[in-house]
Parts: sequence; structure tokens; C-alpha cells
Amino acid sequence: MRYLPLTDADREAMLARIGVASIDDLFVDVPREAWREELADLPRRKGELEIERLLGRMAGRNVAAGSVPFFVGAGAYRHHVPATVDHLIQRSEFLTAYTPYQPEVAQGTLQALFEFQTQVAELTGMEVANASMYDGSTGCGEAVLMAHRVTKREKAVLAGNLHPHYRAVVENLGRMAGHEVSALAPRPEGGEDILSAIDDETSCVVVQSPDVFGNLVDLRPIAKKAHDHGALLIAVFTEVVSLGLVEPPGAQGADIVVGEGQSLGNGLNFGGPYVGLFATRQKFLRQMPGRIAGETVDAEGRRGYVLTLSTREQHIRREKATSNICTNSGLCMLAFTIHMTLLGAEGLGRLARVNHANAVKLAGALDAVAGIEVVNETFFNELTLRVPGNAAALIERLAEEGVLAGVPASRLYPDSGLDDLMIVATTELNTDEDRSTLAAALKEAA
Amino acid sequence: MTMNRQGRQTTPGEGAETVWETFTGNRGLLIEEALSFEYGRLDRTGVDLDEPEDVAPRLGGLQRTSQPNLPGLTEPEAMRHYMRLSQKNYAIDSGVYPLGSCTMKHNPRLNETIARLPGFGDIHPLQPVSTVQGALELIEMCAEWLKVVTGMPAIAMSPKAGAHGELCGMMAIKAALEARGDARSKVIVPDSAHGTNPATAALLGYKVVAVASRDDGTVDPAAVRDKLDEQVAGIMLTNPNTCGLFEPDVIAIAEAVHEAGGYFYCDGANLNAILGRVRPGDLGVDAMHINLHKTFSTPHGGGGPGAGPVVLSEALAPFAPLPWVVSDKDGLGLVEYDGEAGDAQPFGRMTAFHGQMGMFVRAMTWMLSHGSDGMRQAAEDAVLAANYVRACLSDLMSLPFSSRPSMHEVLFDDSFLKGTGVSTLDFAKAMIDEGYHPMTVYFPLVVHGAMLIEPTESESKASLDLFIATLRDLAMAAKRGETGRFEGAPYHAPRRRLDETRAARQPVLRWTPPEATEPEPRAQAAG
Ligand SMILES: Cc1ncc(COP(=O)(O)O)c(C=O)c1O
Repeated sequence: MRYLPLTDADREAMLARIGVASIDDLFVDVPREAWREELADLPRRKGELEIERLLGRMAGRNVAAGSVPFFVGAGAYRHHVPATVDHLIQRSEFLTAYTPYQPEVAQGTLQALFEFQTQVAELTGMEVANASMYDGSTGCGEAVLMAHRVTKREKAVLAGNLHPHYRAVVENLGRMAGHEVSALAPRPEGGEDILSAIDDETSCVVVQSPDVFGNLVDLRPIAKKAHDHGALLIAVFTEVVSLGLVEPPGAQGADIVVGEGQSLGNGLNFGGPYVGLFATRQKFLRQMPGRIAGETVDAEGRRGYVLTLSTREQHIRREKATSNICTNSGLCMLAFTIHMTLLGAEGLGRLARVNHANAVKLAGALDAVAGIEVVNETFFNELTLRVPGNAAALIERLAEEGVLAGVPASRLYPDSGLDDLMIVATTELNTDEDRSTLAAALKEAA
Repeated sequence: MTMNRQGRQTTPGEGAETVWETFTGNRGLLIEEALSFEYGRLDRTGVDLDEPEDVAPRLGGLQRTSQPNLPGLTEPEAMRHYMRLSQKNYAIDSGVYPLGSCTMKHNPRLNETIARLPGFGDIHPLQPVSTVQGALELIEMCAEWLKVVTGMPAIAMSPKAGAHGELCGMMAIKAALEARGDARSKVIVPDSAHGTNPATAALLGYKVVAVASRDDGTVDPAAVRDKLDEQVAGIMLTNPNTCGLFEPDVIAIAEAVHEAGGYFYCDGANLNAILGRVRPGDLGVDAMHINLHKTFSTPHGGGGPGAGPVVLSEALAPFAPLPWVVSDKDGLGLVEYDGEAGDAQPFGRMTAFHGQMGMFVRAMTWMLSHGSDGMRQAAEDAVLAANYVRACLSDLMSLPFSSRPSMHEVLFDDSFLKGTGVSTLDFAKAMIDEGYHPMTVYFPLVVHGAMLIEPTESESKASLDLFIATLRDLAMAAKRGETGRFEGAPYHAPRRRLDETRAARQPVLRWTPPEATEPEPRAQAAG
């Protein structure tokens, strides 16, 4: 077996050194009734070639985003990732290391984490960030739990236009932990009345901008009202590129900012692995979940980095920890950081402007199609269309014609009467030709 | 001094033993590296993109009012920066990484290749299901294999890592109890458990009831029975446990918990020891997470990502979280909502989308590569390696639990260091100088100065022999009183010992630009 270096002779010699006759003697603590012969239901080992054939065929049965005009978003976005990123994250020293528990031989990972935390704090306009969460949705769940710890209240208010999967994660955690969660109804055209849902029992209000329908939300009045009532504002984003152009939540008064970082450095991967970004104010630092890298010096006074403030974490605090998270999104974090470092503020700003310009052009092209209406007043790179009839069926038909046109709102909000809405995202990868293909296909279908 | 015919010196001359400080602070191949921000410039970028044509913005007046202070690097600078950073990391591909409980086995590169096929890597979780039939097939196949190797009837694929799987399994238990109108308040967790176990139970509002391990490092069913009552939702038991031992009374413990109306959550972090030989489903397990980043070789990536699918018993299967894959007349589909769930009573959703697809592909590739025979052999080799290390070290290092064979990892404590002035931490740091990643230290908490060694199946005998010889040499040096070798260690790593107290007392958690308007490079690398 190509991955197993021991030979039969080695095995014999090792058993002899241990002083047992056979490998079975090392399994004596397993109750006899649980002993198993080789699992007959599974095939035996395969070579690389066979596996490439088998799984290659399986992969070939999917329509890769890059092979068609592609407008699917709603929480995951297809962007161009510089070739350098994948090259670097596949370096063995990054790929095959684990959590930097021994900082003297993990400075590479630790310094990258420190750079990542800086980038996330700068992008979100916050003071501190952690070393990543699993993804945006679980980060959102953790943010609500953190707000409960900070405010010592247990009631979360969720905007109706928060990504429904994020809402489901928060609701599930709330139900299981015995906390109250109230979610508003979705309002695809934006302009939700979040203010009136905030009262003196509110622990936090969770608002996404751009929201799941693509609308931008002015967070400032919400922050003010939340703060007036002793509640926190948790700002959420699923498209981190928007932070290159839109006023960051930190500058609008958010107390915790969480979001999905997949857009930078990371591919679509059918939903995971992604990378959750988590930032907050310095004063809430000790309530933050997850790992944090910090600067220090070594015995010779040289600058170096370590994991720090671990008295918040499960391996030290056990049942009193701020979270149970251990493994996070290390390598996706690194991909994010490398991409962000290549961009710099200058490149990110331009990338964001290209995305927005493409969306403005797309909105114009689609608005011009009879029967199609752009629902949004405002947007960054994603918008919602009202189409005649059932959007899911329409998207299915367009897929058959080789256009992946977007996400039916009904897939995210079933039974909510949003059957005629579809969410359409566009990035720097879409060309004028993609846009006219989509417009033409919609015209024909509508 | 010897010279070759061109007059070039071919042996070291006088004074060669002195170590001179360098001008740059670099030490040959080990190059000091500033933060990217200290090299970078705000007007520099490594991504060429044309400025878009002017459009009337639709941002509702929410434009950024100031730019983030994030200097950029061009491609050659970025390449060198991260290349140099990478060289400061130890990794499985550099040498033995015996980090107990983490299963740092070889990460096959075929897995990476397959995961990057556009049909797997470049598909969106919300594409029409008709366009991702192969992806759903992959998830189904991975789910099936995991059920077979664990002997369990159901699985939830979406949890993102081990701890997330624990949360998922415990949520299923809570949901099952609530469904029968029997909300309970306590969870039993042995004192040897990983920190994620009590943290998970507490997240769900359970009171954690600790059970002390008995003298042989395993859990006594009588001690569990003592804690059981009608308020106990279940037990979280790691098997093989964190002392590297198979719990001999696991079936009796499961039966006792079931009799009391509770459920058995098994922490499956140590599945690597029993793969293809023992099925948790035969041990009375109700829920168990599988760390695909341990047993199934998906790379640890400097701390993640992982994946933590949870296998479930018949009793818990109806409560599995959304989403899951189903097969119907049109092929494969996804159940994403309660309304589509039929008779099932999903407790909710753990995460956006469908889980760690990238890890499923890698794990599936690993399982196919090994097959039924290779998986069993891998487990046996892992157990063999740990017991071999144990046999070769037990005369010099102290085994707190010696009455049972080890599984895939062997636990030592620090009593062999008593009176030497050398601590577990010192010992670990001296291993770094010898070119090894230290074992897991100070975990589990049930022994003093724990050292948990997990060699995995990926080491050759020669590699194990050198590792053993090194630890023997270190143990003898400690006993001889050569404390200098330990106290100041590591001497040869990119950094000497780092001041963690200072890091925590005066937290500096991000770079802040110097007061000057133009950031100046702080440390200039030569060349
Ligand atoms: C015994 C044990 N349980 C649980 C975990 C948590 O797994 P993860 O880090 O994937 O969340 C770990 C790993 O760190 C572990 O070793």
C-alpha cells in the first residue's frame, strides 16, 4: 500500500520487540463480541489512476461554474483568485502543519494569523479580530452567544433579510441553548423596520449588509437605537469584497462584525471549506470566541508571535470557555490573507469598483427586459429580480440552456410567497457577453 | 586547513566554531521576515485589473469614507514573503509530528488534485441540483463508506470540525429527549476528556458531571452508574480514550447509560486506532463525530479546515440536522427544509450550505486509496507503531498506565523527570532542537506533565528507530543533569522560547501603522 512504509518484516520485528505474537494481542481490550474481520462490504485498495478515473467521472457530472455564464451568489461568490494563492497554500509547511501549539516552529502560521487579524480589523473597521471561525454562518451564531455574554441578556433580534441559513444557525443555537430569537419577515426591496423590534430586553440585533437580496443597509440608526437600549449591533456580510467600497460596519457603530471571507482566496467548493471572519471592539475582547495570535518576544528579544488569551478557550477553561471551537479554518484563512496582501487597499478598492460597475450594468441590461423588474434601490454586486411566474422553474430551464442564472428566493425562503424572485450576483469574472447572454435568455424565457 | 587546486578552502578554518551575529539577523537559510504591511505600500498591488468605466453608483450613499490601511505587495514580493514564512513552520512533510490526539498522518497529494477538479472545486452550493448530481453522489458515497466503517445506520455530514460534530451529536440527543418530553439537565464527562467535550455540553446548557478515571486510565462503569439518574442526558466518552487506551468496559457503560434513559456520545477523534477492526456501532454508540482531518488524512492546514460528520444510531437518526441528500425518481436531491423532511424531525441547521465538500472529496479519495484492506492495515500499523515506541522507551520514560496495551498513541507522564529540573515543556522544546515536533504536552489532564505520542501509520521503522533513539538520548541527558540542553531550548529553531505571559498581559493582536504617514519598512532583509 503506497502510503504505508512498514514492511511485513518490520511488522514482525516490531511485534517481537513489543513482546507479543500478533497484532491481535494489542487489541485484547476490545470486547470479543466487537471483533470484526475485514469489512467485506467495501472494495479493496485502489491505485491513483483508478481513483482519478472514478472520481474524475463523478466530477464531470457537475456543471462547473467556470464553464458557463454564471450569476449564482447568495452567500458564496465566484471571484478570480490569483495563481500565487493556490501555489503558496499548497506549500507543505503550511498545508501539513497543525495549530501552532509550539510557536518556535510555527512562526509562519502565527505571523500569517497576525497579518490576517490586522486585515480583518482594518476591513471591518473594528479594533480586534480572531484567527477565523468555520464560516460566516457559524461565526454569526457565535456572535449572538457572545452578545448574550456581554449584555447578560438572552434575546436576539434578526433582520428578515439576514441570509436564511445564518438565521437557521442562530435559531438552532438559540433553541438548543434556551435563548430567545426573533426574526423579522423578509423584505426583498429593503427598508426593513428593524428599529421597532429593539427594546430593553434585546441583547443584540443582527443585520446583514449587503443583505441576502443585495440591498445595502444604513447601519447607523440601528446602532444608535441598539445602544440606546443597551443592546449590541452585530453586522453581518457574506460578500467581503463589498468592504472595499462600502463604509465598514465598524465606522457605522457595529459592536461585532462577522462575515464570510470565502470571496477572497477561496473557491466555491460546493459550500465548504470557507472562512468565517470575526471582529469586535477591544473592550469585548475577553468575550470573543476562537483562537487569537499575539505579538511577543523570544528569549533573545526578537519579535515573534504566539497564540494568546487562551484562558477564554476550551482547552484551558473547559465548560467555562467562550466557545467549543478548536480546529478552525486555518488554510482558508491563509488563502484569504495572501489574496488580500496581493490586492492591498488599492487592489481591493478597484476590485470592488469593478464588481459594482458590473452590477450596475447588469441591472441596466435586465431592467430593459420586458417583464423583468430589478427589485433593489441599492446594491453592491448582487440584486434581486422579479420575474413572471416561478423563478425556480425559470432558473432550471436556463440551466438546461447552459446559463447558471442565480438562486430562486424560494430555495432560501420556502413557503414565503417569494416564488417570483431570483437573486443574481455578478463579479469581475462576468463579461459583457455573459450579461447579454443572461438578458437574452431571460427575455426568451419570460 | 585544506584547499582545492583553485585555492578554495575545503575544510573549515580557525575560528569556525564561533557563531557570529549577522548584520541582517538572518541565519543562512533562516531569513527574518517583516510583516507584509511593513514592506508593502498603499499604492502598490499584486493584482492587475483595469479601472471600470464610470457608472452612477447604487450604493445609497454608503461609500467608504476612508481607505483601509492595508499596504499591498506585488507578486514577487508576496511570493517571497509567504515562502519565507512557510520556512519557519514544522510540518508533517518535514518530519515526525507525533502530536497525540491529532493524528498527523501523511496527507496524500492525490487528494488535493481530486479536490481541485473544477467539477468539485468550482461548483456553487446553490446551483440547481440538476447541475451537481456528481457532487451529491460524492457526498452520498462518502456518507455510505463512513457508515460502513463505523457500523452506524445514519450520518449527518454538515458539521465543520470535531467540536462542531460534538455540538451536532449533543443537539440530536437533546432533541430526542425533548421529543419524548424528557428534558434533562446533566451530561457525564470523564476527567480525561478533551476540552471541547465539556465546552460543548455547557453550550447547550447542560451541567457537566465529571467522572474520575480509575487507576488504569480507563472509565469504571460503576463510577458512571453512581452518577446516573433521570437528569442525565448522556455521557460523552472518548474511545479509544485520550490516554490512548481502549475502554474495556465500553459496552457496559453504554448499557448503563441506556438503562438510565440517556444516550452515549462517543468522541471519535481516535478512530484511527480501530478503523476496519472495530465498529463503534457494535459498542452501543448513539452519536460519534469523525474528524476527517485526522483519521481520513485531510490536511490540517495550520489549524484547519477540518470536517466532523456525525454518525447516529437509529434512536437519533430522525433528529439529524438539515440538509441531507436523498435519491428520488429524478436522481439525487437535497432536503434543505423541514417541509421537505417527511417523517424526520430535523433539529435544525448547523451551518450554511451542505458541509465541508472539499474535505469529503479528500477523505473519499483516501478511503478509496486504502480500501477495506488498507484501512485496516493503516489502523494496525498505527497501533503497532505506538506500542513499539512504548516498548522501546518504557525503561527510561514513565508510563502512568502500563497494564493495558496502547492503541494508536502512548501516554507518558513526567515522573521520569522528577528531580532533574527538566519539565515536560523543556523536554518538548529540546525535541525541537533535534528536528522533531513535540508530542502533545499537558493533555490529557489526568496525569502530571502528560506527553502523548501518536506516531501514526505513516512512519517507517527507520524513522521510528531514530525518533526513539533521540528520545532515549534526551531522557538520559535529563537524568544525567544536562539541564542546559533543556532549559534554554530550543536553540536552533527560528525563535527561542517565546514569552507567552507578556503576550497575554499586554495583548498586541494586530499591526498598527507607525505614526509617520508613510509606513517605513521596519526590518530590511538584505538582497
Ligand atoms: C479527543 C479530541 N476530541 C475533540 C477534538 C476536537 O476536534 P476539532 O479540533 O476538529 O474540533 C479533538 C481535536 O483537537 C480531540 O483531540
